[in-house]
Amino acid sequence: MTGHVFHPGHAPLHGITVVVETRNQRTYIGRFDTEDGGAVHILDVGVHDLTAGGQVSKDDYIKKCAKFGVPKQHKHLIVPTADITRITRLGDIE
Amino acid sequence: MPYNSTLVAPMRAELTRLGVKELTNAAEVDAALGDQRGSMLVFVNSVCGCAAGNARPALTLALQHSVLPQQVVTVFAGQDVEATARARQYFGEYQPSSPSMALLRDGEVVQFIHRHQIEGRSPQAIAADLTAAFDRFYAASV
Repeated sequence: MTGHVFHPGHAPLHGITVVVETRNQRTYIGRFDTEDGGAVHILDVGVHDLTAGGQVSKDDYIKKCAKFGVPKQHKHLIVPTADITRITRLGDIE
Repeated sequence: MPYNSTLVAPMRAELTRLGVKELTNAAEVDAALGDQRGSMLVFVNSVCGCAAGNARPALTLALQHSVLPQQVVTVFAGQDVEATARARQYFGEYQPSSPSMALLRDGEVVQFIHRHQIEGRSPQAIAADLTAAFDRFYAASV
């Protein structure tokens, strides 16, 4: 991150499309909205679930989203902060 | 629900004053993109801040480049809903996002700039991506 606040008055990542990796084998890609009450709210979300089987690898899913966009499966998801291992900008994925 | 047309008018004018052609219904989209030949940029406009602060200024800068698409058209997501949905049918497996920009050549998307490649970036950086794509894909066709 550059320190630039995209939407003044909001969290630095507000409005940015992010990759949210978790310790429960699910990866969420969507627009970061807010962080409150120990959870992150993300909008227009695609999900990669390693437990679902039959999917592409997590890395391939992320790369495909970076190239072709995010297939939206959920309008709004709330992910507990304690489950999150990493948040990165999708725009930073080559 | 679409925004008040008066509020949106300046967002449209920011593009049309550059010579960008607005497509406001499915028939206009089909006329422009159906059996499309040559080079074309489709700008998916939006009311959001990254359209105002990043995407539209980036297009303004990019259209000053020496190599340009033969046609530049726009649909307005959330406003001209039918036109936007129809335009997206021409984008193949690229997922909907707005603002975004599709670069086409002979009916095929050769590069797509998604919202996530626009948000938080400077107009100059986005314009550099656009002009690099113009050089790469359109230099021989103009």
